[in-house]
Amino acid sequence: MPEQPAAHDPGADTAVGPAAGGAMAVATDDAGTLQRSLDQGPVPGGPGSGKARSLWSDAWHDLRRNPVFVASALVIAFLLLIAVWPQSIAPGNPLSCDLAMAQDGPSPGHPFGFDTQGCDVYTRTVHGARASITVGLCATAGAALLGSVLGGLAGYYGGWWDALLSRLADVFFGIPVILGGLVFLSVVTSDTVWPVVGFIVLLGWPQISRIARGAVVGAKQHDYVQAARSLGAGHTRLLLRHIAPNAVAPVIVVATIALGTYIALEATLSFIGVGLRPPTVSWGIDISNASTQIRNAPHMLLWPAGALSITVLSFIMLGDAVRDALDPKLR
Amino acid sequence: MTPEPLLQVTDLVKHYPLTRGILFRKQVGAVHAVDGVSFTLRRGETLGIVGESGCGKSTVARLLVGLERPTAGQIRYRGEDITKLSGPALRTVRRNIQMVFQDPYTSLNPRMTVGDIVGEPFEIHPEAAPKGDRRQRVRELLDVVGLNPEHINRYPHQFSGGQRQRIGIARGLALRPEVIVADEPVSALDVSVQAQVVNLMQRLQGQFGLSYVFIAHDLSVVRHISDRVAVMYLGRFAEAGTDEEIYDHPTHPYTQALLSAVPVPDPAAGAARGRIILTGDVPSPAAPPSGCRFRTRCWKATERCAAEVPALAVPAWLKDGPAAHASACHYAAER
Amino acid sequence: MTTTTAPLLDVRDLHVEFHTRDGVAKAVNGVSYTVEAGRTLAVLGESGSGKSVTAQAVMGILDTPPGRITAGQVLFRGQDLLTMGEEHRRRLRGAKLAMIFQDALSALNPVMTVGAQLGEMYEVHQGMSRSDARARAVQLMDRVRIPAAKQRAGDYPHQFSGGMRQRIMIAMAVALEPDLIIADEPTTALDVTVQAQVMDLLAELRREYATGLVLITHDLGVVADVADHIAVMYAGRVMESAPVAELYARPAHPYTRGLLDSIPRLDRKGRELYAIKGLPPSLTAVPPGCPFNPRCPMAQDICRTDRPPLHPAGPGRVSACHFWKETLEGSAR
Repeated sequence: MPEQPAAHDPGADTAVGPAAGGAMAVATDDAGTLQRSLDQGPVPGGPGSGKARSLWSDAWHDLRRNPVFVASALVIAFLLLIAVWPQSIAPGNPLSCDLAMAQDGPSPGHPFGFDTQGCDVYTRTVHGARASITVGLCATAGAALLGSVLGGLAGYYGGWWDALLSRLADVFFGIPVILGGLVFLSVVTSDTVWPVVGFIVLLGWPQISRIARGAVVGAKQHDYVQAARSLGAGHTRLLLRHIAPNAVAPVIVVATIALGTYIALEATLSFIGVGLRPPTVSWGIDISNASTQIRNAPHMLLWPAGALSITVLSFIMLGDAVRDALDPKLR
Repeated sequence: MTPEPLLQVTDLVKHYPLTRGILFRKQVGAVHAVDGVSFTLRRGETLGIVGESGCGKSTVARLLVGLERPTAGQIRYRGEDITKLSGPALRTVRRNIQMVFQDPYTSLNPRMTVGDIVGEPFEIHPEAAPKGDRRQRVRELLDVVGLNPEHINRYPHQFSGGQRQRIGIARGLALRPEVIVADEPVSALDVSVQAQVVNLMQRLQGQFGLSYVFIAHDLSVVRHISDRVAVMYLGRFAEAGTDEEIYDHPTHPYTQALLSAVPVPDPAAGAARGRIILTGDVPSPAAPPSGCRFRTRCWKATERCAAEVPALAVPAWLKDGPAAHASACHYAAER
Repeated sequence: MTTTTAPLLDVRDLHVEFHTRDGVAKAVNGVSYTVEAGRTLAVLGESGSGKSVTAQAVMGILDTPPGRITAGQVLFRGQDLLTMGEEHRRRLRGAKLAMIFQDALSALNPVMTVGAQLGEMYEVHQGMSRSDARARAVQLMDRVRIPAAKQRAGDYPHQFSGGMRQRIMIAMAVALEPDLIIADEPTTALDVTVQAQVMDLLAELRREYATGLVLITHDLGVVADVADHIAVMYAGRVMESAPVAELYARPAHPYTRGLLDSIPRLDRKGRELYAIKGLPPSLTAVPPGCPFNPRCPMAQDICRTDRPPLHPAGPGRVSACHFWKETLEGSAR
């Protein structure tokens, strides 16, 4: 057998089991003198004694030590918090505005100043998180679900269904984002976030489906899938038990990164006036309103734009960190 | 009295179509992976199939365990043609023919614990063991293959190659099959660990009365474990017989060349053997030579070999000899 | 010291470490071997024995990090390659030292024709014109018995079979008539019949050019026919080093003996194979004393505490076993 490319993992072929407790997993490969001593392995207690390092716990081990992950996760946790309870740090009403204060700079109690309509920029920035995060999460969930189911089935069954789906994905890939958005969202209008979410899902699923298809095609070829097939396992078992758990990692990574870009896309659409519409409070709308006054009142642009950038960046960094942690080639 | 044949394979053929075009596929040819293979397997015996890469030996394994459907031919298990079966009947047969895979690193699902992997056969065939017993059965199986039953909650990557192959064997044994098809079960293992796994397989054969189809490219390992051996070349058997007949009295030129090419770990013996160095490469199975498949590399080849397919039969001159065995060569002769 | 008296390659007490998540892996742990000009040394070992890492360190192609050479010398004709400037060393590679890899497909550039790749050697190292270099490349392909060399020089690596690709690798290695070739499992990926062809070619060219050859392999069989001398490695150390005939006839180390006993023989059929018990150690936790002691049938207390030195165990042979004498006597066959 070929020697392992030792440069990366010289101990690859030896039984290593340094479990969390630091105990070495000693096991001999000889039937006659098998060591049956309990004290030498990690204590194998009841079901699921979780000392074993799986891909996920390995990844978690890496992530906890990755400052980029910790920082972006903290930012995201904070964003989620204010998206759910904006009142906790911004008790004001984002819609109660006073034209008299229009474009005023920061003042006590109004640290970010006021916008053109005389609304408090601080309150609006905090309350704007909800729309962005909602659109981001819903669009990602939708695109990931649709994309991974369609892509996964295409990868698993192959054949004409696969060919058809790939062409369909190509068509959606070809739609120019802004133009598509203008057309779609001027036809489907509503005061809710759903048209925007729907449009992003429509545009986003092909990317996820390609990744999912590739991951499933890769996982499908593994011998353990063949082994289960030779045991007589049905499609459901093969897909859910053997293929999906081994194909889900790349989908999660891409979806996390996509979440950031979807939030940016929502802001873009709102900026050009077809995304979220007032009275919904959104960073995109605020940026759009502020952009005309950038010379005389830059603070109106600075805060929502800053919040948006930080949010998008955090999700992309989080996705990056997760990808690094889940990529076995980097180990 | 010879034991009844457990598995009887007749004229097994597997062609993979080569197609062109995405929406309008048309067949432009076929890879002749297996092209007319016949053999029988008796209870408790080991049939070794040796051949080089691309000779179709792995396809035979996949056909036997039902991972592929043959293009033609029959696989009779206890007299019943299993290639025609489907549904529950097929599942029952599958219980009795299990497979051990080559690569212990890819044949175990990395997301499942050893207990789940070895116990999965019981989930797919719930009738094989009542639910409450399964955990205990898995522990017993681990014990049987020489692993610590306490390691039931560990993941495959915590084991070495040899130990993983033991896990694969335990999974194969779970349903108490009669036949185990092992496709290169030791070729991915280190030399010192290969012997442990080979010994284990031999021990289990005696313990459970298993029949093996042992597929490998390593002629030495095949000789060691097999009662009968078939040499495969480009989808067909070139020669078949007992291990002694094949290894000590080969009559097919390919077998002779193959045996002479195997390096023997003994400098003295190596020099004494007359080596046959074959020229050229194995032809593509998508365009196999006419007549005898081996003729393009054979030093004995004549026009007859291009025109007539040699049958796998005992040569007339050998019929009454002590080493009478089948050879698919028009000019079969010992060296 | 003149260059003629020094051995062609003299590896002295080489140590290589890798930094991994599980700690420092001591992949090579004090390896010494010498290769004389025109001779073949086989380095035999299982995966993780450090045989390939040693070769990479000699060639200067070790990935650093994660690898690190912590001690030792690699003397090539008396000059230490490890302290030599990178530019100097680069010029030696290819011209004086060449390497053959196991996987020819990944070792060849997929977007260059093989003729161009072979010719490049002459262009870069000997300043030949492109057309001359091309002509030499075809000659060389002919020399390694690639049929229709002239036409095939315009083909890309993937258009060749595994055996043919390995011939091209060999052609590249011998192109500049180096003094030393390191072949890392050159035939492992090939079928038996092709393996024999390639090994024969390699042995023939080695004789023709009087090149020193380091043949790295796990296959005791391949080595028996072609090597002059064998070094058996285990857990980053040389366990035993001896002329071929002696090593096979009378191993002086229990590990070598175990290996020889554990392989099934083509020419005779035994009942049960001898199996070395246990597993090779993790390189992050090599046992103290003799690294083989947990698996050794002859191990005594001293083996668990004292690392055995390389005892001279006969003409031209050494054994890293406290009980080499007993082993030698016990293994007379």
